[in-house]
Amino acid sequence: MTAFPLRVGGLSWQVRLRGTVLTLAGLLLLGLLMALNMRLGDIDMSLAEVVRATFDPADAGHFVVMELRLPRALTGALVGGALALSGAIIQSIARNPLASPEILGVTTGASVAVVAGVVLSGSAYGGASGLFSAVGIPALALLGGLVGAVTVYALAWRRGLDGYRLVLVGIGVAAVFTNVKYWLLTVGDVNDTGRAMVWISGSLNGRGWEHVVPVALALAVLVPLTLLGTRSLAALRFGDDTVTALGVRMNLSRALMIFAAVLLAAVATASAGPIAFVALAAPQIALRLARCPQPPLLSSAVIGAVLTAGADLIARTAFSPLELPVGIVTAVLGAPYLIHLIWRARK
Amino acid sequence: MRLQAAGVTLGYGERTVVENLDLGVHSGTVTTIIGPNGCGKSTLLRALGRLLKPQGGEVLLDGKRIDRMPTREVAKVLGVLPQAPTAPEGLTVADLVARGRHPHQTWYRQWSSDDEAAVGRALDMTGLADLAERPLDELSGGQRQRAWISMALAQGTDLLLLDEPTTFLDLAHQVEVLELVRQLHREASRTIVMVLHDLNLAARYADRLVAMREGQVVAAGDPHDVLTEDLLREVFDLDAKVIPDPVAGTPLVVPIGPRSRP
Repeated sequence: MTAFPLRVGGLSWQVRLRGTVLTLAGLLLLGLLMALNMRLGDIDMSLAEVVRATFDPADAGHFVVMELRLPRALTGALVGGALALSGAIIQSIARNPLASPEILGVTTGASVAVVAGVVLSGSAYGGASGLFSAVGIPALALLGGLVGAVTVYALAWRRGLDGYRLVLVGIGVAAVFTNVKYWLLTVGDVNDTGRAMVWISGSLNGRGWEHVVPVALALAVLVPLTLLGTRSLAALRFGDDTVTALGVRMNLSRALMIFAAVLLAAVATASAGPIAFVALAAPQIALRLARCPQPPLLSSAVIGAVLTAGADLIARTAFSPLELPVGIVTAVLGAPYLIHLIWRARK
Repeated sequence: MRLQAAGVTLGYGERTVVENLDLGVHSGTVTTIIGPNGCGKSTLLRALGRLLKPQGGEVLLDGKRIDRMPTREVAKVLGVLPQAPTAPEGLTVADLVARGRHPHQTWYRQWSSDDEAAVGRALDMTGLADLAERPLDELSGGQRQRAWISMALAQGTDLLLLDEPTTFLDLAHQVEVLELVRQLHREASRTIVMVLHDLNLAARYADRLVAMREGQVVAAGDPHDVLTEDLLREVFDLDAKVIPDPVAGTPLVVPIGPRSRP
């Protein structure tokens, strides 16, 4: 790993060449995908038309770009970034490359809450539409995600938090939540369960600015805070005794980082549903491309955004006019690439 | 007195391992704790290194209660090498040793020239400079143990606690690691506390031996005074002859067999 020091007076930083290049290249690719997401759709527009439509409220394409495509594309990129960052943190803390927010009960908790909300409110009350769809579902998802995380955390706590125990308890709780979800889907009305199914696949369909803002705010606050915790996170990957010996306040650091990961995943899931695989694959892709010992936080987030933005482009346009939930595409795209990386690393 | 356990009671949950124990570690000495399996010697070392919170009593570092000091400040003067430490997969020797600088770093001082110098010195002292870029998983047991000691050295503390630093090593590597410990002690008069299983090596490399049984200190002092035939019978249930080590002159244990029951 090539890293060189950057020193100014008493201040010093470590610049990792590959990680920096990876982050910049990822941002470039993200910009490209965003531009494509603006251009392509039911009506294909040229880049010049997109620019004109963006800045001219009287333009025919203004509504399409500013109210449909841009918020949707932004939601996708931000949600992907948040999920990947959450995954990178959890994988470091659990010391397990296969850990993801699902392990912390966030996504499964959110799914149960939303399915319950959609199914139990029922078509009799007008179903999941209007205000309920715009505010109620994200709120339920956020609440369910946090309740799920607290459940796992409380059950896994025993005079401290052990990564292995956390993963096992997480798998158990996820299984319970998943089955409650299936039970709700079986007892629910067919139309309601159909709507719920789209949500639990992870979809960016019809996402507006109200979905962009919460994720953007969460990222604006949590990205700098988690970056400050990068060094503690690197230490937390060691055995418990070594962590303490290095002067890290282990339980506090761990709790804070898990809290940040839970918030990121919960807010992302509230906006777009449980998009599969991004939180799992993006940190591992970033780690292998950057060739560093732990998932790099910033590069992971950028890769997650690229993965989700690219997946949504495919989900929207590949089978037009049929549109797939983005979560299905991320799973189809992410899984083989992850398998390829692991296979190559084994050789 | 650098480090002191004052009436400590130690255990895990309901199980008490050590009860009301007193032990002082003098500045600039090598203290080695010996005792049969399960006697609480590792537990005591973990408490001295604030890895385990005492259920009663207190541990004092330079006269101050260690549990009331910020753990990062403790890490600047006290290094601990836990028993069988685990590192993340794929880590290189240089990565591992650099991690020892953690207590000296902040987000705006991530890699100072002090850090670089300390890591270089630690690698040189442990003879690992040529292996710095090798992944830890590819090293032999002895090299890996030296890498961990190197990490503790990079931490730049003059007080080092080593929990069975020679476990899983063959005799040549055990001697190699202990020679390194002796060198660390002599060059900068570091204070070292370690737990060892091999009584003969313990006697050879310690200024002071502490023999423990069932959570209590049975004897403590110069190896010549501690490692006697009576003590071996009392502490280890072992009938043995103790003769002078023909090389170092320290006590050498030659076992006869398990203690004959009267």
